[in-house]
Amino acid sequence: MIKYMWAAYIVTWVVHLGYLGYLTARTGRVRREVEELKND
Amino acid sequence: MKLKLILFALVTLGLLSYGLYMALVVAPTEATMGDVQRIFYYHVPSAWTAFLCFLINALASIWYLVKRTERSDAIAVSSAEVGVVFCTIVLLTGPIWARPVWGIWWTWDARLTSTLVLWLIYVAYLMLRRFSASGRAPVIAAALAVFGFFDVPFVYLSIRIFRTQHPQPVIAGGEGSGLDPTMAKAFLWNMIAFTVYGLLVMWLRYRLELAERSVEEAHAEKSMQEGA
Repeated sequence: MIKYMWAAYIVTWVVHLGYLGYLTARTGRVRREVEELKND
Repeated sequence: MKLKLILFALVTLGLLSYGLYMALVVAPTEATMGDVQRIFYYHVPSAWTAFLCFLINALASIWYLVKRTERSDAIAVSSAEVGVVFCTIVLLTGPIWARPVWGIWWTWDARLTSTLVLWLIYVAYLMLRRFSASGRAPVIAAALAVFGFFDVPFVYLSIRIFRTQHPQPVIAGGEGSGLDPTMAKAFLWNMIAFTVYGLLVMWLRYRLELAERSVEEAHAEKSMQEGA
C-alpha cells in the first residue's frame, strides 16, 4: 500500500519539477534572443 | 521585481515543505485505507488548483473577447497551461490511489470521465494556441475556453449528481461527511500551499509569455527595417 503513496508523491513532484525545468529552458532561450537582438 | 519573486518562491517552498510534513507525518493514518489515503493531501489540492487556473483562464478569455487586450490573452494562455499541469497530476495520482483501494486503475464513471474530458479540452486549447497559423486563433481559443469552463462545475458536481465509483464528497458532503481535525489541518495547509504554488507558477509563465511576445515583436520590427 505504502508504495502507491510514494508513487503518487513522486509522480506529483516529477511533473512539477519537469514543468519548472521546461519554463527555465524557455526563459533561457528568450534571454539569449534578447541578448542577440541587443547585439545586432 | 526579482526580490519579490525570490520572497514569493521562498514562502511557497516553506508552505509546500510544511504541507508535506503535515501530510506524511502529522496527519493520522486513515483506518480503512491506511497510508495510501495520504494521496488525498496532494490529489484534492491539485484538483482545486487546476479548477482555479481554469477559472482564471475563463475570466481572462471573457475579458479578451470584450477588450482584446494583450495582457488578458497572456493571462489566459498562462493559466490554461498551468491548469493542465495540475490536472495531469490529478489524472495520474487518481489511478495510483484507485489501484490499491478499488482494485482497478480506471473506470468510466462520471467524475473520472468528466475530468479526462476537462484535461482534453484544455490540451486542445493549448494545441490551438501553439499550432494554429490563423490570426484568429486567440479569439477562437478564448471562445473555446469560455465554453470549456462549463465542464469544471460538472466535474465538481458529478459525484453529487451521479452514483460513481469515486467516493462521495468528504468536505461539505452532508451528513456523515467530514475529516478528523488533524487531517483537516493537513488538508487545509496543502490546499493553501498548492494554491500559492499554482499562483507563483502562473506568474512565472505569464512573465515568460510577455517576454516571448516582446521578442517576437522585436524580430518582426527588425525584419521590416531590413526589408525597407
